[in-house]
Amino acid sequence: MDVKDTLFTPVFKNNPIALQILGICSALAVTSSLKVTVVMCIALTLVTAFSNLFISMIRSFIPSSIRIIVQMTIIASLVIVVDQILKAVAYDISKQLSVFVGLIITNCIVMGRAEAYAMKNPPIPSFLDGIGNGLGYSFVLLVIGTVRELFGSGKLFGIEILPLVTEGGWYTPNGLLLLPPSAFFLIGLLIWGIRSWQKEQVEAPDYVIAQHTPAEESA
Amino acid sequence: MSSNNESLGRVITVALVLCIVCSVVVSAAAVMLKPEQQANKTRDLKRNILMAAGLYEPGLTIEEQFERVTTRVVDIETGHYVDDIDPVTFDARKAAKDPSQSVRLSADEDAAKIQRRANHALVYLVDGEDGGLDKVILPVHGYGLWSTLYGFVALESDANTIAGLGFYEHGETPGLGGEVDNPRWKALWPGKQVYRDGEVAISIIKGNVSPESAQASWQVDGLSGATLTSKGVHNLVQFWLGQDGFETYLTNLRRGEA
Repeated sequence: MDVKDTLFTPVFKNNPIALQILGICSALAVTSSLKVTVVMCIALTLVTAFSNLFISMIRSFIPSSIRIIVQMTIIASLVIVVDQILKAVAYDISKQLSVFVGLIITNCIVMGRAEAYAMKNPPIPSFLDGIGNGLGYSFVLLVIGTVRELFGSGKLFGIEILPLVTEGGWYTPNGLLLLPPSAFFLIGLLIWGIRSWQKEQVEAPDYVIAQHTPAEESA
Repeated sequence: MSSNNESLGRVITVALVLCIVCSVVVSAAAVMLKPEQQANKTRDLKRNILMAAGLYEPGLTIEEQFERVTTRVVDIETGHYVDDIDPVTFDARKAAKDPSQSVRLSADEDAAKIQRRANHALVYLVDGEDGGLDKVILPVHGYGLWSTLYGFVALESDANTIAGLGFYEHGETPGLGGEVDNPRWKALWPGKQVYRDGEVAISIIKGNVSPESAQASWQVDGLSGATLTSKGVHNLVQFWLGQDGFETYLTNLRRGEA
């Protein structure tokens, strides 16, 4: 059991967003400002880590006929606790995250790791695997969040970097970057980048375009 | 995993124990954090009220700044204060949905597209340094392009000059309609007049207000690229300061009879 491997493989080699294409919904929704993005990343990492830990602790008691619902119950409880804590200590941010904290429940990364890893491995590695996948998710979100906030509103963490035209500066912000679809393009570019660097992540094409039939044969 | 793990008894036991443990954890978190969450909510609302009136100073605590503010319940129909409703527990949004506490608006009355209007509303009176009334802050809401905008309009003690306006909840397009939050746009409002010859005259126009125009004190620039949000804000301000809104109350207030 290599701690470093469990922690860092999900960041580049097996990134939940870039390779497994999971958790895209929240990656689109919460990345328009970095502050919100960071809180979302922390929330997701904690939920993944602790759900993995608890599920792994009771994995030998879980009847396989109800294992999915058991995992869901644990994940849902953790998400509610995180949501309540956010509302109590970081009210402004929880208002901006609104429904997306609650939707961590449906984030495929959390369920995916519980089912694929925590059900078969001891608690400590499972916990680390949760942290690792959280880091992988955070890595992608932070990259997207940085680009979107910097070029969409000229700020980073709410601090002005590029003075906007509307505030008397020179930078005309790109309005598209403030809207969720822009994250699609950014995630696409990021996946392209990662796969050009780590060639083994390129998937075999599902369909191959066939050769044209020569004219004399088709007649 | 042993085979008895799959027996019916085992399934039920695991499900039950898990549910009990999880519900205890969840309810414990909810109950323990409730007071803090409630305090956050009130603090947030108070901050929005102060910000709309342009009174908010980030250095001081909200509670300190809110000491100058008195909350009163107003009957919108008669325009008088009501004392049998507790302003602390009164929930305007709930009241607007309850048929016994609200009225249905007909299509031509309903400029702000809110369908029902509560019979009562909370108003916030800010005392001046000399103890007299300095500003009055009124809650407003109405439909923009995508969402209902909730906010406050603050008026000076003459109940005619706008002291500020701000929205604390909306879902308009960031960068376009979302510019209703832009401090530079909000700064256009203070000093504008609401009524002319007893009619609500304040309006948001397309483009920029020319300062030479005779109408300039009643007009505010529209948001560029957000015609429908501007229209929504225009309608909701007209509605809430008009006959079906706070006009009766403001008339009373001016006469000192509220």
